[in-house]
Amino acid sequence: MTPLLSVQGITKRYGAHIGCADVSFDLYPGEVVGIVGESGSGKSTLLNCMAGHLTPDAGQVVFDTRTDGPRDTITMSEPERRMLGRTDWAFVHQHARDGLRMGVSAGGNVGERLMAVGDRHYGDIREKATDWLGRVEIDASRVDDRPTTFSGGMQQRLQIARNLVTGPRLVFMDEPTGGLDVSVQARLLDLLRGLVRDMGLSAIIVTHDLAVVRLLADRLMVMKSGRVVEAGLTDQVLDDPQHAYSQLLVSSVLQV
Amino acid sequence: MTEYNFAYLDEQTKRMIRRAILKGLAIPGYQVPFASREMPMPYGWGTGGVQVSAAVLTPKDTFKVIDQGADDTTNAVSIRTFFQRTAGVATTTATSDATVIQTRHRIPEEPLHEGQILVYQVPIPEPLRFLEPRESETRKMHSLEEYGLMHVKLYEDISRHGHIATSYAYPVKVEGRYVMDPSPIPKFDNPKLGDMAAIQLFGAGREQRIYALPPYTQVVSLDFEDHPFEASKADHPCGMCGATDSYLDELIIDDAGGRMFVCSDTDYCEARQATGHKGKDAA
Ligand SMILES: Nc1ncnc2c1ncn2[C@@H]1O[C@H](COP(=O)(O)OP(=O)(O)OP(=O)(O)O)[C@@H](O)[C@H]1O
Ligand SMILES: [Mg+2]
Ligand SMILES: [Zn+2]
Repeated sequence: MTPLLSVQGITKRYGAHIGCADVSFDLYPGEVVGIVGESGSGKSTLLNCMAGHLTPDAGQVVFDTRTDGPRDTITMSEPERRMLGRTDWAFVHQHARDGLRMGVSAGGNVGERLMAVGDRHYGDIREKATDWLGRVEIDASRVDDRPTTFSGGMQQRLQIARNLVTGPRLVFMDEPTGGLDVSVQARLLDLLRGLVRDMGLSAIIVTHDLAVVRLLADRLMVMKSGRVVEAGLTDQVLDDPQHAYSQLLVSSVLQV
Repeated sequence: MTEYNFAYLDEQTKRMIRRAILKGLAIPGYQVPFASREMPMPYGWGTGGVQVSAAVLTPKDTFKVIDQGADDTTNAVSIRTFFQRTAGVATTTATSDATVIQTRHRIPEEPLHEGQILVYQVPIPEPLRFLEPRESETRKMHSLEEYGLMHVKLYEDISRHGHIATSYAYPVKVEGRYVMDPSPIPKFDNPKLGDMAAIQLFGAGREQRIYALPPYTQVVSLDFEDHPFEASKADHPCGMCGATDSYLDELIIDDAGGRMFVCSDTDYCEARQATGHKGKDAA
């Protein structure tokens, strides 16, 4: 089977400082990979390199495109990459306000990607937006309200709806449950798990929180100082960590 | 008047502005940056339009200025006087006699003809500004033709008002490529933008942008399939000349709240009255 995403030797430096170094892995269709590690270990840097938000200094990010098969997204043209960003890829930010337009109604937020790919029927756009609000458990009556009037958990669910409405095949998430109350986190995780399963999504999830990966991720990568120190099936890594750093992480000594 | 160069600006500045205009004409709807100069009037008075006019005027031109359709507002009179003094050009209020018309917020009712130039004063040239304040991002959106956001604005309009409530500065797409802000003209004027015989030049002074529509350019107002664009106006005839096809201003005529609708284009209205057309409020 062709991997949906094949990452090879991704390295990103900030001046003399290492962001992430020589990271390689494959993601297969329908798979969820978790990236864990302490603060500053390079998780977000790696994610942003893969999602095209940062340009790595070295390496390839090969995505199995619908039309042309595997293509290196780092060297493809910017319009092509941005088109992927609006269609087959989705990015869920830790802070919903980074991923939402706060001055635009919930319906407009969800509808934006549809309009970006050429939907020009107001009634259809609104219907799809309303449907998606329902799928992320936001009452349809809130469709014309701005996200500023939503709770943190609702904003995060709105951000997810806005991202998934065009049926992406790959979702990048950076700490999607960070900053939320524990009970709100649990509900969001449930929702995410349902969506991933129902839509057959492939996803890469960055998190501090081992509970998040335990619930969502099939496989796990543990990062330290910009490098992947251990990778494997989630249960294996969490229940029987091999690397000394993973052992510390799992024993929750390093948990924040 | 000898203390100024012709049309106030020095030749080098005019050349720089003309280069921007030519580039704008070559890429219809594309916003060309230019180094806007201080003009002896406040920005709100259309310094972008004034600089464009200064760059295109020649001694043989006949110049007309309208402000919301009227030739006689303080703003229109000052700009007209300015070029009378600094360029010594002939001026007129008759649309058909003018070779260069500077306008704020209107397109004349009378169809323009080849050889004429219509210069718009533009406050905010960037149609995407409302939803995306970052200039770096809007520039990228234009270059990559990522215009979904423009429809988000119209979507918001419909969701809030039940219809597209944007009634002026209504966004258009030029030759199927650039999305453009036509300046705050009423959307009633939008259909005149397309396929016009005259050259249309847009100048934004504070924002330092010039853009242009060469003659006979395709200009389409954005809309949704189920909410098509409509060039609406007040549903009345003009009280003075009886015209039913012109854009109307609503005037309050007495303390009792009496109202009257009259053509916003004063030249059009007066010309009709002079040929015997009479509205119900005419004396
Ligand atoms: N823009 C930047 N300029 C310079 N250094 C940076 C920049 N962004 C990140 N870094 C550095 O790169 C390293 C990796 O940072 P990164 O943000 O990827 O870590 P992270 O694992 O996502 O951390 P956190 O869990 O706190 O979000 C850190 O040492 C960080 O200080
Ligand atoms: Mg991070
Ligand atoms: Zn009239």
